[in-house]
Amino acid sequence: MPEIRSPLPGTFYRAPAPGQPPFREVGDAVAIGDVVGLVEVMKTFVEVKSEAAGTITAFHAGNGAPIGPGDLIAELA
Amino acid sequence: MKGPAGRTLFIANRGEIAVRINRAGKALGMTVVQGHSAADADSLAVRMADRAVLLGPPPAAQSYLNIPAVVAAAKASGADAVHPGYGFLSENAGFAAAVEAAGMIFVGPRPETIAMMGDKAAALAAARDAGVPTVPGSGGRVDPNDAAAVAAGIGYPVMIKAAAGGGGRGIRVARDAAELARLAPQAAAEAEAAFGDGGLYLERMIEHARHVEVQVLGDGVRAIHLGERECSLQRRRQKVWEEAPAPGLSPATRARIGAVSVALAERVGYRGAGTLEYLYDAGADAFHFIEMNTRIQVEHPVTEAVTGVDLVQAMIRIAFGGPLPDPAPARGWAIEVRINAEDPARGFLPSPGTITGLHVPPDVRFDTMLYPGYTVPPWYDSLVGKLIVQGDDRAQALARLRAALDGLRVEGVRTTIPLHRALVRDPDVVAGAVDTRFLEAWLAAGPNLEPYLEPPA
Repeated sequence: MPEIRSPLPGTFYRAPAPGQPPFREVGDAVAIGDVVGLVEVMKTFVEVKSEAAGTITAFHAGNGAPIGPGDLIAELA
Repeated sequence: MKGPAGRTLFIANRGEIAVRINRAGKALGMTVVQGHSAADADSLAVRMADRAVLLGPPPAAQSYLNIPAVVAAAKASGADAVHPGYGFLSENAGFAAAVEAAGMIFVGPRPETIAMMGDKAAALAAARDAGVPTVPGSGGRVDPNDAAAVAAGIGYPVMIKAAAGGGGRGIRVARDAAELARLAPQAAAEAEAAFGDGGLYLERMIEHARHVEVQVLGDGVRAIHLGERECSLQRRRQKVWEEAPAPGLSPATRARIGAVSVALAERVGYRGAGTLEYLYDAGADAFHFIEMNTRIQVEHPVTEAVTGVDLVQAMIRIAFGGPLPDPAPARGWAIEVRINAEDPARGFLPSPGTITGLHVPPDVRFDTMLYPGYTVPPWYDSLVGKLIVQGDDRAQALARLRAALDGLRVEGVRTTIPLHRALVRDPDVVAGAVDTRFLEAWLAAGPNLEPYLEPPA
């Protein structure tokens, strides 16, 4: 099953800014290249893009949580 | 007041500047206590310190930016003085006041000075009062019916800005009265829609501006300047390369920019090390004050190289009531390039990671917190080192920089070394013919910035 993993270490965010809705929720469809979150690394926000198409079945990374390179962010079906 | 020797200095910062402050404190005979986050327990600054105190978890908001935690840690460590470095809490008037309220010395200006110079309108007013040129403008909201007369007085081209705006949004440029008449109503309508306030003000657009800044030291009454720096090579408003002195300034302009900087520093009773930033219009040989930074700057080493003054030691001495230095005239030329853990070939993507190899060529200054085996954490700024060279003149400094960059190796993470290897060979950079927009345009042209590009024979 396709997965979305973090490209970098840092802090994971599910929304573009505090108070805004998440980029994607469980059950949402994603296409290749769709942004599903941000990783804040060295004061820079890097977009996390899906490299597969499908429907999000689970998020494994919490909003505002530390994340390591290669850590699982979301699963697709 | 007795001097710093035998006293305790608390460093409320991290990275290369913490290492730099540690060395200055030790050279002055001080005991050094390093405040650090959980992510920096194995940092070089912690290893070099006499003692280290945990401030909090890795995120800066919970450690290096947590005023109660930093003040409590410093006080509990028995510190006599707190050095804030740059960034983090260095220009936070509330932090400076809290340090003083806890009975410690803040190595920097008085809290009121930090607050005033941090307020853009107050800083510009202080500058005008001291006779420092600022960017010509309407000095506030302009009545649409008076705009043409005001613009004629400022001189074209003018920027039309929303009084309620910020961040460059909605700025229009008018090159003559006809354009102003056409664009001002558009700008007012857009400002009304965006901010609920259609108020406008006008400011002269300085085309091809260079960034020139002046280093000052003050003792709270008197001030001196230590010459200027050129910092026009910037990406996203971040400096990447700095020089002292600034290329092409006439002796008269150099004397005048230094004199007005001292006048402003003395007018505000400046204490410690500070920098006045100017836009320099080379075509008109005119400079305009934009802001003052009330802290030590990243690029201070180039001034140290040409003046022989250790600025970090000087600001600590001043904080303990010591006198201003009395330097000999500046001589020679110095260049600093910032080495960031970013990949210039991939849009400057941050590149944290473990340092597997480090080779620094001899006879250059390399201010860094790196050591082999150190892991650059993802939590903080990407600056990992500053390479500083000097020569008798600019040509010699450039030649030494070119050689030093060819010898510098930072392995394990991507760095901006390839950017600087390319810049040091660029004809416009070599000629000193750059303005603040040069680097962005240069990067947009897609230069080859792959790592460890071997230089052409």
